[in-house]
Amino acid sequence: MNMPMNPMPLNNSLLARAAGKLGPRASLGLGLLVLAVLVALPLLHLLPADSALHVSAYTLTLVGKILCYAVVALALDLVWGYAGMLSLGHGLFFALGGYAMGMYLMRESAGDGLPAFMTFLSWTELPWYWYGTSSFLWTLCLVVLAPGLLALVFGFFAFRSRIKGVYFSIMTQSLTFAGMLLFFRNETGFGGNNGFTSFRSILGFDITATGTRAVLFLCIVALLAGSLYLGLRLARSKFGRVLTALRDAENRLMFCGYDPRGYKLFIWVLSAVLCGLAGALYVPLVGIINPSEMSPTNSIEAAVWVALGGRGTLIGPLLGAGLVNGMKSWFTVAFPEYWLFFLGALFIVITLYLPKGVIGLLRKEKEQ
Amino acid sequence: MPTLLYRMLLSLALLLPLTSHAGDAADFVAASPARQAQLLESWAAAPDPARLPLLDALQNGRLVGDIAKQPFIEQDGRYVAVEDAAQPQGIPKKLRLNNRLRGLLATTQASHQLLDQDSTVRLAAARQLQKSAKPAQLALLDARLAAEDDKAVRDALALALANLQLVDSDPAVRLAAVRLLGESGEPLARTRLEALLASAESDSRVRKAAQTSLSQVERRLLLGELLGQAFSGLSLGSILLLAALGLAITFGLLGVINMAHGEMLMLGAYTTWLVQGAFQKFAPGYLDLYPLAALPVAFLVTAAIGMALERTVIRHLYGRPLETLLATWGISLILIQAVRVLFGAQNVEVANPSWLSGGLQLLPNLVLPYSRLAIIGFALFVVVLTWLLLNRTRLGLNVRAVTQNRNMAACCGVPTGRVDMLAFGLGSGIAGLGGVALSQIGNVGPDLGQSYIIDSFLVVVLGGVGQLAGTVMAASGLGIANKLLEPQIGAVLGKILILALIILFIQKRPQGLFALKGRVID
Repeated sequence: MNMPMNPMPLNNSLLARAAGKLGPRASLGLGLLVLAVLVALPLLHLLPADSALHVSAYTLTLVGKILCYAVVALALDLVWGYAGMLSLGHGLFFALGGYAMGMYLMRESAGDGLPAFMTFLSWTELPWYWYGTSSFLWTLCLVVLAPGLLALVFGFFAFRSRIKGVYFSIMTQSLTFAGMLLFFRNETGFGGNNGFTSFRSILGFDITATGTRAVLFLCIVALLAGSLYLGLRLARSKFGRVLTALRDAENRLMFCGYDPRGYKLFIWVLSAVLCGLAGALYVPLVGIINPSEMSPTNSIEAAVWVALGGRGTLIGPLLGAGLVNGMKSWFTVAFPEYWLFFLGALFIVITLYLPKGVIGLLRKEKEQ
Repeated sequence: MPTLLYRMLLSLALLLPLTSHAGDAADFVAASPARQAQLLESWAAAPDPARLPLLDALQNGRLVGDIAKQPFIEQDGRYVAVEDAAQPQGIPKKLRLNNRLRGLLATTQASHQLLDQDSTVRLAAARQLQKSAKPAQLALLDARLAAEDDKAVRDALALALANLQLVDSDPAVRLAAVRLLGESGEPLARTRLEALLASAESDSRVRKAAQTSLSQVERRLLLGELLGQAFSGLSLGSILLLAALGLAITFGLLGVINMAHGEMLMLGAYTTWLVQGAFQKFAPGYLDLYPLAALPVAFLVTAAIGMALERTVIRHLYGRPLETLLATWGISLILIQAVRVLFGAQNVEVANPSWLSGGLQLLPNLVLPYSRLAIIGFALFVVVLTWLLLNRTRLGLNVRAVTQNRNMAACCGVPTGRVDMLAFGLGSGIAGLGGVALSQIGNVGPDLGQSYIIDSFLVVVLGGVGQLAGTVMAASGLGIANKLLEPQIGAVLGKILILALIILFIQKRPQGLFALKGRVID
């Protein structure tokens, strides 16, 4: 099947174009402004509660959550928007990173004993895969290794047999579904359907303290900025151009003598690792991780963030994640009955009328 | 014919007025629970047909007692005196039975039913006694065994007797009982024999015979279990088939995965529920026929919805399969939420008609429920119908032409747009039929479709597109593999293992089991 040729070559990508329209100084200024606001938020959170400028813990957590989702959206955009592989299983990588961090947090709050849920199951010792999770450094390795290795193995087999398009989407979806079923079991050793919760401290700092929360938030901002920078470098490199070629005409690329497997595998694993990192920062901030994060519904929702913002751009997914999640937190409070109607309609409207997302819309306005 | 004589006497006894047993009901109503248990046990050892109405009333909760402890049987709101009690004093109260008394009552009823004329009633009674006979009933069972002339009932009785004889003081009797148990295929025989081996059985011959009997029984039970697993696998496979058939058609034709396909199942099941409601209201006499009436209704409803979706949303997305996937996911969200708002988030109750409840008992531990048998048959019927439609009609010819080469078919004058719409309607309609089938064996709720959709995707991936045979093989294969793995390693690990196997399988055959041969490359 012929994928429609993307009329937006990468060197002429949106960011570059927008920059061209606005002038480099203005777009850089806008970016710096957003960054400044994001850095200021946690600092304002440190102000006393009665201050007029105080940012509540709820707001900070909400924004932090959305920023984590933005990283996921960016990671998904790298594989979908650039390389043309729609993954419906990114929630699995996110949750794996989260669980890796959660293991450390559980050990931390359990002290020398076993985590509470294991005592309930009357287990006497930790399963082997919990080995070393009391060390923060090893946990950081796990955060990268768990999603990375899974993505490597799955990707190796999937790309080797040239699974692509809808097949790839379905396989990733069943992968995260299988993961969810596995983690729902008590015997798996990850707390069953309650997952991990009631954390106390991280690296010895109280996890509910305002200072800890502010630092966590800053870490998330740093991760987002780092991923954005990485994405930008990748997109502008030759590697990025091969990826777009892969998306638009894989066979022609192969006829030109490229082997697409390595390219696909690299971007796929990178994307999974980014998701894992986002999950690892999400868990201490939100304070809970459970298997429902792996439900196929969550992963497919991530696709709508990217689609709404605009695929194949780097700013688009961030915008989309912010818009959808902002609306979600408003809708589920104001009209909980209608949120799913709205989300469903969003899926349809975007695919029918906004194939290039909000960014595409903005660009069109500018051109006219 | 002494048996006949005995039976005639018994029938005569049935005709005797109830008053001839003055006291039983009154005793029971007046007794404490402990005494009631004793009464039941003594009745079980010496059954009397005259007591049956009393036992029935007790079981149905219609036996009541007034303040003066006089027994009555409640009938249509009136109180009928059982024995010589005349008028109820005050408002009579219902007799409540605890679980132990209920168990005893069942045993007592069974031993009374052994005297019934109908051999099926006697058989059921003998089966009940295999589970729950008390040592006091030994003499009764012996006598009934001697008098019984129906072979099935006699076998069942012999087994019930053997259960009791396992604790006989005479080793020879125990030995015979153990050997007899070895002939049976009942799960209960295994537990009895295991208990005997675990106990302090002193006689070595009995022990040895018990070992042999146990392994015999276990072999028979294993056969039943394996057959049972294969059957439930086949039944799961037929459901998957009903779910995946329409998906495979639309995927083959349009290259589009319809994420809202599961919701078509759900809508089909809800239509069944509505049809059932309509029958209850307007034609309660024909209520048993409602699933048959629901089939065409569900097909039409879901096919209409499917065609509407194709015309309004999906056809604008041709050539963009991933976007279609997202858009149809949106549709599924809207449909689920709409059903939740309209009919509530709780499951609705769809009852089996009488001709689908119950089951076919093949082996003592293997019952094939009629509803599942009907679904397997129905799935086969749908497959045959679809095959005929695709291979013997003009529409089918067009569908196959468009599946193979859309542009070429269009050039030859096939109205591809119309074919797309009709095929989408057909696929959705088949899912609607699947929904009717599903409503007969599972819960009907807004999330019904979600639990089947991933499995049916796997069926499509495994089976390949454009070939019915692939879908049929993949569905039954996945169903049976699922059910065979379930008891060995658990349902979840089984699912994961199957997923891994599918990924490995696709390495060998990326296009599925049965792929259309072609030279198309994008």
